Amino acid sequence: MAVFEPEAEGLVLDAEETGGDVVGRSPWSLAGRRLLRNKLALAAFALFVLIVAVSLAAPLYAHRVAHTDPYASNLSGTFQLNGKTVQVIQQGAGKLGLGETPVGPTWHAKYFIGADSQGRDVMARVLYGGRASLFIGVGSALLACLVALVLALVAGYFGGITDLVLSRLMDLIWAFPLYLLAISLATVLLARPTTKPLKIWFITLQAASLWIPLLIIGIVYIPYVFRPIRGQVLSLREKEFVEAAVAQGAGSLRVVFLEVLPNVLSTVIVLLPLMIATTILTESALSYLSIGVQPPKASWGTIVEDGQTLLYTRPWVAIAPGIMIVLTVLALNVFGDGLRDALDPRSKVRMK
Amino acid sequence: MRARSLFLLVAALGLTATLAACGGSSKSSKGTTSTSTSAGAAGGTFIAVANKAPSGSPDPQIDYTLQEWQLLIFTHDGLVAFKRVGGTGGTQLVPDLATSIPNPTDGGKTYTFTIRKGIKFSNGKELKPSDVKYTFLRLFKIKQSPNAGSWYNVIVGGDACVKTPASCNLDQGVIANDAKGTVTFHLTRGDPEFLDKLAVPFAFILPTGTPNHEVQIPPPGTGPYKWVEYNPNKALKLVRNPFFKEWSKDAQPNGNPDTIIEKLNISVEGEVTQVENGQADWMFDLPPSDRLNEMSTKYSKQVYINPLTAVLYFAFNVRVPPFNNLKARQAVNFATDRNALVKIYGGPKLAVPTCQILPPGFPGYKAYCPYTKNPGSGKWTAPDLAKARKLVAESGTKGAVVKVNTDTTDVDKGFGEYFIGLLNSLGYKAQPQFLSADIQYPFCQNSKNKVQFCFSSWYQDYPAASDFLNVLLGCSDFVPNSNASPNISEFCDKGIQAQMNGALKQGITDPSGANQKWAQIDHAVTDQAPWVAMFNPKYVNFVSKRVKGFQFSPQWYFLIDQASVK
Repeated sequence: MAVFEPEAEGLVLDAEETGGDVVGRSPWSLAGRRLLRNKLALAAFALFVLIVAVSLAAPLYAHRVAHTDPYASNLSGTFQLNGKTVQVIQQGAGKLGLGETPVGPTWHAKYFIGADSQGRDVMARVLYGGRASLFIGVGSALLACLVALVLALVAGYFGGITDLVLSRLMDLIWAFPLYLLAISLATVLLARPTTKPLKIWFITLQAASLWIPLLIIGIVYIPYVFRPIRGQVLSLREKEFVEAAVAQGAGSLRVVFLEVLPNVLSTVIVLLPLMIATTILTESALSYLSIGVQPPKASWGTIVEDGQTLLYTRPWVAIAPGIMIVLTVLALNVFGDGLRDALDPRSKVRMK
Repeated sequence: MRARSLFLLVAALGLTATLAACGGSSKSSKGTTSTSTSAGAAGGTFIAVANKAPSGSPDPQIDYTLQEWQLLIFTHDGLVAFKRVGGTGGTQLVPDLATSIPNPTDGGKTYTFTIRKGIKFSNGKELKPSDVKYTFLRLFKIKQSPNAGSWYNVIVGGDACVKTPASCNLDQGVIANDAKGTVTFHLTRGDPEFLDKLAVPFAFILPTGTPNHEVQIPPPGTGPYKWVEYNPNKALKLVRNPFFKEWSKDAQPNGNPDTIIEKLNISVEGEVTQVENGQADWMFDLPPSDRLNEMSTKYSKQVYINPLTAVLYFAFNVRVPPFNNLKARQAVNFATDRNALVKIYGGPKLAVPTCQILPPGFPGYKAYCPYTKNPGSGKWTAPDLAKARKLVAESGTKGAVVKVNTDTTDVDKGFGEYFIGLLNSLGYKAQPQFLSADIQYPFCQNSKNKVQFCFSSWYQDYPAASDFLNVLLGCSDFVPNSNASPNISEFCDKGIQAQMNGALKQGITDPSGANQKWAQIDHAVTDQAPWVAMFNPKYVNFVSKRVKGFQFSPQWYFLIDQASVK
């Protein structure tokens, strides 16, 4: 395997930037050292890990702490608060007694930040919502990066008609309005009778499956990853180490996967957290529009939507998932920037 | 008429009850009758606000929305009218452009009206009997009138006009005599609801020469106001008709405001704020749930709550598993906590649980609720989950996949979420099928889509039991593979249909006896459980401080022109 050498290109990093002595260290080791020196990026990563951890612990919180089912309506329910029996949904005050208001934040185990309009525990739903949002966000970003990487390697290395066809296909997907595509697909899938679920090969997809928004978002974002990687492959295939491999009789697959791929991996790794942040935002938007995660399941987007009608009386229903989205996306973006600084020396190089 | 959620106000129609027939009364939140506040002076500009323009067409023979009908009633007239007063009197038919209401002859197949003299359209032309015939010809010729084929095809020649509108000929069905000032309708069969159908905007009289195609602003009429602006992106505007002279206070009283404006494209939250601030006099849409508490505490004197003759329900598809099984349908009915659904809608002040098809106070209504704990009183008290689970087990449908269909508006989606949880708790595998409000209702109507469990609502067109039972659950109102098939349950019981036909026939000569039959039919249909009837809603009107003389008609809701802003 040959690795692109900055020194060979006349690009040199100083010792301070690389974290000390560079002699004998692999690029990955150098990147790791640079990342470890970036405290902000590490803090952001820790925050992301924390969010993932609390989301994974959602069943523990719901069943052991709040003793609630986050998906079941509890409109006629009551619970004990400070020794008193409290209605989950409370009748409006005033002369006319209009309106029904869910219980607000109790700051206790049950209904910690209140209930939504179905009488469900918002805290439990925010944690469960995190599982769905992260599953779709991470899954669709991985899908987009993986498929885009393979297509970009093929298009960039082989060029010609292969590149033309793949690039135009990507242009087509890129040009299609994301939300229109998602709405169309979601509506078609939702409208199918239960007797005719969607089948892709041996996989049967029901309308409420989390895989549907995952696939939609993942496919739509392939071109966003494809383009920069293809450009890099186009450049790499002209390098001497590729020519050398070809001259030594290496086949195309060997050259692509053993010579070119390792040199574009860092780009994909840098893009991945940024893509996860983007796909989480997209998932939230789709779910907010009722075309992503389907009730009674929750994602941060659906909870924001649930809270929209309660903004005047119970703002925490919308604010809590909003905070989670902001923290997650912020953490991923800061960490992604740190990764880029660590893995992409050219972003900090200076010509000698 | 089927209305989308009143929060959106798409379609809608008529309203409340015929409380007159059954002795009910329409009460406002303040405990006074809905004719409530004292009338004020004439003059000024009444400003209404709404989120959207009336859906569909501005043409009075096409439009089928409460929003436009509430304005059309004081710009146009029919031969007869529902009395323009608040309270129970508002369902009484009175002569309008006709001098009197005729008794039908020829076994209920012939009606002869004498037209009042001296009435002018807002373009200055005098009303003549031939205008009546022209109106009914146009109703068929414009092709798009939604009920031409189901309501007015009973006129001799009507069926042929529905098939070939361009060559529509009503020479045998509507005979106008300008010299004598009479119009005679010949029907193919007796229709006990024919006079009701003449009192709604489809049959409001238009001047001869009105284009036989959809118009973009309602054409001249005979009422105290005329339309001068119809901009769906901005506003609707009505001013006084200079040719109007009051001929019947019961049918078409003169209005109070000089100008009536309905501003459009304002968010529902914005509507509340504008009325609170006195920038607008009335909001058309129902207030959002999170503003109700504030209205209840700070603006209670400006709020009026009135019961509607309407029902919100989920329809089972009785031809598709698992709800082709009676026990499965009854199980869901027993399990449904109607109080919970009322809470989603806004609470017990805004809705009353029900189990049956007909709303309280309606002709033929007799309280009946078999799907409750401790049945017998006719009222729903609590769900009976034990009985529901037993019925599910007996039906053998446990484990079936069920798609719960609603639209994506907040409240309706809330109903859907509730039923998903309920069906799952009964052992079904429930999934959401939440569709845009624009497509959800036609989607449910089309049998091709095999919708299993669909949310819908129905608001009266006019006070007649058949408008609920026959229209929504009659055999002829299930039209396979059509987007216009109001019987979304696909329910057709030949025995019950024979009873309906009998009651319709009896209604021509014996309305009271027919209503007793309708009560039996209502109970028989309820026993077959084609729906989960959820509750009968109430309407919240929120007006500005300066509005005086608020009146709520069971047929037309808030009588805008009878209010004063001076």
